[in-house]
Amino acid sequence: MQFGIFTVGDVTTDPTNGTTPSEHDRIKAMTTIALKAEEIGLDVFATGEHHNPPFVPSSPTTMLGWIAARTERLILSTSTTLITTNDPVKIAEDFAMLQHLADGRVDLMLGRGNTGPVYPWFGQDIRQGIPLAIENYALLHRLWREDVVDWEGRFRTPLQGFTSTPRPLDGVPPFVWHGSIRSPEIAEQAAYYGDGFFANNIFWPKEHFQRLIDLYRDRWEHYGHGPRESAVVGLGGQFFMRRNSQDAAREFRPYFDNAPVYGHGPSLEEFTDQTPLTVGSPQEVIEKTLAFRDTFGDYQRQLFLVDHAGLPLKTVLEQLDLLGEDVLPVLRKEFAARRAAGVPEGPTHAARVAERNDAAEQKEGTQR
Amino acid sequence: MTALKLTVVTAGLGKPSTTRLLADRLALATEEHLAEQERDVDTRVFELRELAGDIAQHLATGFPGPALREALDATTGADGIIAVTPVFNASYSGLFKSYADLLEADQLAGRPVLIAATGGSPRHSLMLDHAMRPLFGYLRTTVVPTGVYAAAEDWGGGTDPLIDRLPARIHRAGRELATLMAGGAAQARREPDLVPFAEQLAALRPGT
Repeated sequence: MQFGIFTVGDVTTDPTNGTTPSEHDRIKAMTTIALKAEEIGLDVFATGEHHNPPFVPSSPTTMLGWIAARTERLILSTSTTLITTNDPVKIAEDFAMLQHLADGRVDLMLGRGNTGPVYPWFGQDIRQGIPLAIENYALLHRLWREDVVDWEGRFRTPLQGFTSTPRPLDGVPPFVWHGSIRSPEIAEQAAYYGDGFFANNIFWPKEHFQRLIDLYRDRWEHYGHGPRESAVVGLGGQFFMRRNSQDAAREFRPYFDNAPVYGHGPSLEEFTDQTPLTVGSPQEVIEKTLAFRDTFGDYQRQLFLVDHAGLPLKTVLEQLDLLGEDVLPVLRKEFAARRAAGVPEGPTHAARVAERNDAAEQKEGTQR
Repeated sequence: MTALKLTVVTAGLGKPSTTRLLADRLALATEEHLAEQERDVDTRVFELRELAGDIAQHLATGFPGPALREALDATTGADGIIAVTPVFNASYSGLFKSYADLLEADQLAGRPVLIAATGGSPRHSLMLDHAMRPLFGYLRTTVVPTGVYAAAEDWGGGTDPLIDRLPARIHRAGRELATLMAGGAAQARREPDLVPFAEQLAALRPGT
């Protein structure tokens, strides 16, 4: 089981004092948070990709490359990489390059993006979102697995005799998660390829994501990747904690009430009741997170959203200290204790290389 | 035979509400016509006034609270729907439209709907045909031919001796809805199947 954080990269005014960080401040805060993630023993740091203000992370592999150079263990990932509006050839190249620089500590999560104008800005049509995701990924998948690709599709200029460089590290492409908030087609796509499926699990009640994950698991089995319990599932989550519950609610309330996504809607209490958000003590965060397993089954990756809604860097770092000291050790122990036999670990490059080698040996064995 | 599900959505704001009164009469008429065909019916009535806060929150967050979830599920899962709104500024009320905005066209496709409205003046009666009918057309529902508009005076004798009075219109509309419900119009809609991935891919091949 892997634990990590994922960031949207929003520049939001702190509602308690009216200060707004500059883009530079925010970018530096994000990288500071990433280094902190490694320091407290998290496994994953993932950044979003956006092409409009107030978001700064338009160039994820640049940022992740910087972080890779200053970390040893952290897996660098995305949440999400836009498979619709990015050229799949450039995704193949950028992430293979990052994979080499980070010695394999790289995977990525593909998403369609929900900002309407981004599609026309990149020459695409939002109504073609699903077909773009399907075709572009089909190409990306081949570019990482076939040295020379001839290809023709609907959305991009054809390729004749194209080789995407650098080739994936050790001949093993970065692991791919498919993120979706509501599209069964994407769960189906993830299952078809035997890739991971990530449910954002932030803004909506868990029952919503339960349906998608159940579908993904069923289809995973259908496509012969193994029993449904062996499917690779990632979940989001979010919390704000203080040692004392009341302090957490008091401090977080103004951020919640003014948050760009859910502010000015339900009360903090209603929202924590109905969604995976926890605002309370470390013990409450532990309990709610462990309960995700009851809903979704054993899963491989848990990412938390911690830096958003204008929370100052100092507060975010304090949140991470609490996460590392009080929550993470218990979650690791408890999830491990509850895990059914045969459930795969979270994907790593080393494990995937070993798996590939085992498979090759087995094949050689049968041929002999 | 299992009972048919009739869901009534009424956007009246008053207590008591004339819109609710009309909704109840329409529900009763529908139930009576279903009873004639020996069909049982479970009727559920949702007053949008009671869900006004939840509706606003859903618009802000993208998901419904439990009470609103129940109303939306009952609407999208109904065998027949009666939708009644007051006329505000020449159209359906904002609250009614906000609720309609939370429904997805696919979920309602083929479901029979009876549209009705209340207003102070008979001059707004065409609202049913220039606002309500297109809305439910967009939602791909089957709207019964008779829409029922009740102006204040319709609760008395009405002003035009040559047209059917309100009770006659209510019964005609109720009969039309009951007929569609009993005919299984809602069940006839096909659940969208998951398209297997190979087909999704094949559909994108150039030249197809």
